[in-house]
Amino acid sequence: MSTPFVTPRGWEAVIGLEVHVQLATRSKIFSGASTAFGAAPNTQACAVDLGLPGVLPVLNLEAVRMAVKFGLAIGAVIHARSVFDRKNYFYPDLPKGYQISQFQQPVVGAGRLTVGLPDGQEKTVRITRAHLEEDAGKSVHDAFPGLTGIDLNRAGTALLEVVSEPDLRTPAEAAAYFRRMHGLVRYLGICDGNLAEGSMRCDANVSVRPAGTTTLGERTEIKNLNSFRFLERAIEHEIERQVELIESGGTVRRETRLYDPDRNETRAMRSKELSDDYRYFPDPDLMPLVITEAFIDDVRATLPELPEARRARYRDTLGLPDYDAAWLTDDPAVADYFEAVAHASGDAKLAANWVMGELSAALNRAERSIADSPVTPAALGTLIQRIRDETISSKLAKTVFEALWAGAGDVDTIIEARGLRQVSDSGALEALVRQVVADNPGQVAQYRAGKDKVFGFFVGQVMKATQGKANPKQLNDLLREVLGSD
Amino acid sequence: MSTPEPTAFTPLAALARGLRERRWSSRELTRHFLDRIARHDGALRSFITVTEERALAQADAADRRLAAGAATPLTGIPIAHKDLFCTDGVLTTCGSRMLANFTAPYDATVVARLDAAGAVTLGKTNMDEFAMGSSNENSWFGPVGNPWDPTRVPGGSSGGSAAAVAAGLAPVATGTDTGGSIRQPAAFCGLAGIKPTYGRVSRYGMVAFASSLDQAGVFGHDVADLAAMLAFMCGHDPLDSTSSDVPDPWLMQAADTPPAAPARAPVIGLPREYFSGLGTGADALDAARRVLEAAGCRFRDISLPHSPMAIPAYYIIAGAEASTNLSRYDGVRFGHRCENPQNLEDLYRRSRTEGFGMEVKRRILTGTYALSVGYFDAYYVKAQQLRRLIQNDFLAAFADVDLILTPTAPGVAFPRGDLADDPIAMYQQDIFTVPASLAGLPAMSLPCGFHAGLPLGLQLIGPHFGERALLETGALFQRDTDWHRRHPEGFPA
Repeated sequence: MSTPFVTPRGWEAVIGLEVHVQLATRSKIFSGASTAFGAAPNTQACAVDLGLPGVLPVLNLEAVRMAVKFGLAIGAVIHARSVFDRKNYFYPDLPKGYQISQFQQPVVGAGRLTVGLPDGQEKTVRITRAHLEEDAGKSVHDAFPGLTGIDLNRAGTALLEVVSEPDLRTPAEAAAYFRRMHGLVRYLGICDGNLAEGSMRCDANVSVRPAGTTTLGERTEIKNLNSFRFLERAIEHEIERQVELIESGGTVRRETRLYDPDRNETRAMRSKELSDDYRYFPDPDLMPLVITEAFIDDVRATLPELPEARRARYRDTLGLPDYDAAWLTDDPAVADYFEAVAHASGDAKLAANWVMGELSAALNRAERSIADSPVTPAALGTLIQRIRDETISSKLAKTVFEALWAGAGDVDTIIEARGLRQVSDSGALEALVRQVVADNPGQVAQYRAGKDKVFGFFVGQVMKATQGKANPKQLNDLLREVLGSD
Repeated sequence: MSTPEPTAFTPLAALARGLRERRWSSRELTRHFLDRIARHDGALRSFITVTEERALAQADAADRRLAAGAATPLTGIPIAHKDLFCTDGVLTTCGSRMLANFTAPYDATVVARLDAAGAVTLGKTNMDEFAMGSSNENSWFGPVGNPWDPTRVPGGSSGGSAAAVAAGLAPVATGTDTGGSIRQPAAFCGLAGIKPTYGRVSRYGMVAFASSLDQAGVFGHDVADLAAMLAFMCGHDPLDSTSSDVPDPWLMQAADTPPAAPARAPVIGLPREYFSGLGTGADALDAARRVLEAAGCRFRDISLPHSPMAIPAYYIIAGAEASTNLSRYDGVRFGHRCENPQNLEDLYRRSRTEGFGMEVKRRILTGTYALSVGYFDAYYVKAQQLRRLIQNDFLAAFADVDLILTPTAPGVAFPRGDLADDPIAMYQQDIFTVPASLAGLPAMSLPCGFHAGLPLGLQLIGPHFGERALLETGALFQRDTDWHRRHPEGFPA
């Protein structure tokens, strides 16, 4: 582990994030083309996405529903009337020469998101607004030597851009905010959360100022961060860069920067000194978006249990420690899995331990998501039941888990086939215990002389003879009985 | 089959009757107009593309449909489309070098609906580049001649459609009207031309000029022809968010039952701002008023006080919208691309410099300026405020009157080249048509006389979705006049 980041002494960082959430609509925000990831270039771009002459945008109601859902989840104002604007600029992957976005009147107004900090504290971050917009396509620089290719499959994909107030003070806070946002949108089912495929991207606005002052310093914007770690490291680097710059007599310039994870540095992309003029104006092809109370109520009725409520329930109803509750609820897929295991096993704490321990480690090793886990929640639940009903020991349960992971059949079949069942037959066990005691008179004498530690020796001997299958509690009781008698 | 030949100026209803009664087939009808195009259009240049093979195939399909008894009043009728309606598999140039090589891969809703009705597309008509112009001199494919005097302009921007119908090269044609682009050429060519209410006809597949103003319409000889076409063109389109979802049952059946004089003659307003200082055409309008009065219409003097501000407001709004609507022509995906671009900037710069004509560039520049930081409030916002005031003028007027009568254009068709160097004078051509466009109102031009052998037009403006009142009053006027039965001598039937 590297040493934790510390903001240079005497300085404070001010950070605000713009998170682009790719909405999980089946079709694009203004056309009927599919949004599935990974298709051959330009196969998922219809006439509207290509910006052909004469085409017109038609708003996808599902995108509006998702935006409202998000707004409700962050306790935001949902604007009864919002307006789509054209943001004009030329770029080859922007087919119309403008992006349809919301500028002055966004659909979602001010809200807030509570973030769990690394020190266990919670912090409420104000969200300025969230607006709907269309994504651009992609420039492909490596497909044709000396030429740039354009792939417009992504053009027109629905985005919700969530803008925070500059309430964040450390890179870790920023990462925690991004992570919490990542969890929330998946809870809401409005984004698949796949960072590697660009389903969530983040721009960080970073400035520094002398600690204790309130004026904001000049900020830079780091574009297109798509992992929690890169976000944190990019901001760390940027804070250090700005502080060094100011301390050596320079000034920070308003500019857009890109983070290079390979070299761990940010580089200036373009200067915003000459501010771009996007010539925003209301798109005459789209009517203002009017949202009724009835629509909002309708969406509210579809809101799932949100992470905060779920954390509280795990803590208060299931009796899990804070750490477990937070760990398990971060990702709704994990929480759903955990709940299924808890239900099947009848023991929430054991379920939590297995999900956070053995399962999580195995998933990490295999670089798999919980949705792809070869061990189903039902199987893990049965496994825990077999621990609870003392069919197997906790230790051997790990062997069963490995077999489950490898696809060796169901829990009970594995236990039987490999003879892992605990020896709980008191007659057989007692005979073994008596044999071990009889074979080791020296140790018996030591034990009886008061050397309690020797007890472990006897346990070990019996376990060895049973290949670990002796029921530990029964074995303890029997040993004490046999050693104490006579 | 020995059949009496239809004349080039036979009304649609009579053409349809002849088809139903087997006096002629759609193939014969189509052939007749294709032959006229071949014979006459060299002098006029009203078509950019003639789709002969396709037209004959459509005609044969129409004939089969007629034989099967499944025809609509448009089945088998030849029509022409302004070359800014996208037509699947057919060149759609918008009168521009930028799109001179552009074959649309889909049909505009207007085209699809008329195709579905069984209409036969003869071809695509010439126009001012990107519908920007009032004389049809701004076409990459050359200027269009006015059939009444080929040295004069047919008006614009739908000048090709107007000239084609006036010369009997097509019985009817579609057009589009942003600030007068149907009404002014209709007046110059002696035709009936209607711009419906904004939202009445889908804009999907119409190459956009100014989205909040563009509206598709029709040229024909009489209001019955206009109504028959509109009946199939109108109606909500899920592909156009700005198309109206309020159905008009009267309009939808207007192809079967042509408009007749209204049950109650309307009260018609005469806005004084439109008549002060009117020279050419004042007498004809006065005569038209008397015809309508004799038929029972009552007239009332009204005021539309913000009308004088309409032209500047229009050119700011239309330019602003055009400047971004035309951003997609960048040489990247379709349309004109310069040779050997050195880099991205060079690709953009040269493709657009070469691809667009002067007038288009002028409007992109003024529109870009009006939307720029620091000028937005002074120009675009102000123009929108004016637009609102102009709308309010009309709404107030329609509290007192049913329709409004004005001249369509300030004069008759002018000689080619006369206004080419004076954009401001050219923009004044739209002075009477632009206010209704800004207000989104339906408006129609009808022939109402001649000046020095050239046609004059009157404009009727209706309230929102008041097409019925327009067409019925037009029917009344055309019942009692015969200006619409006069045709240019150079193009005998």
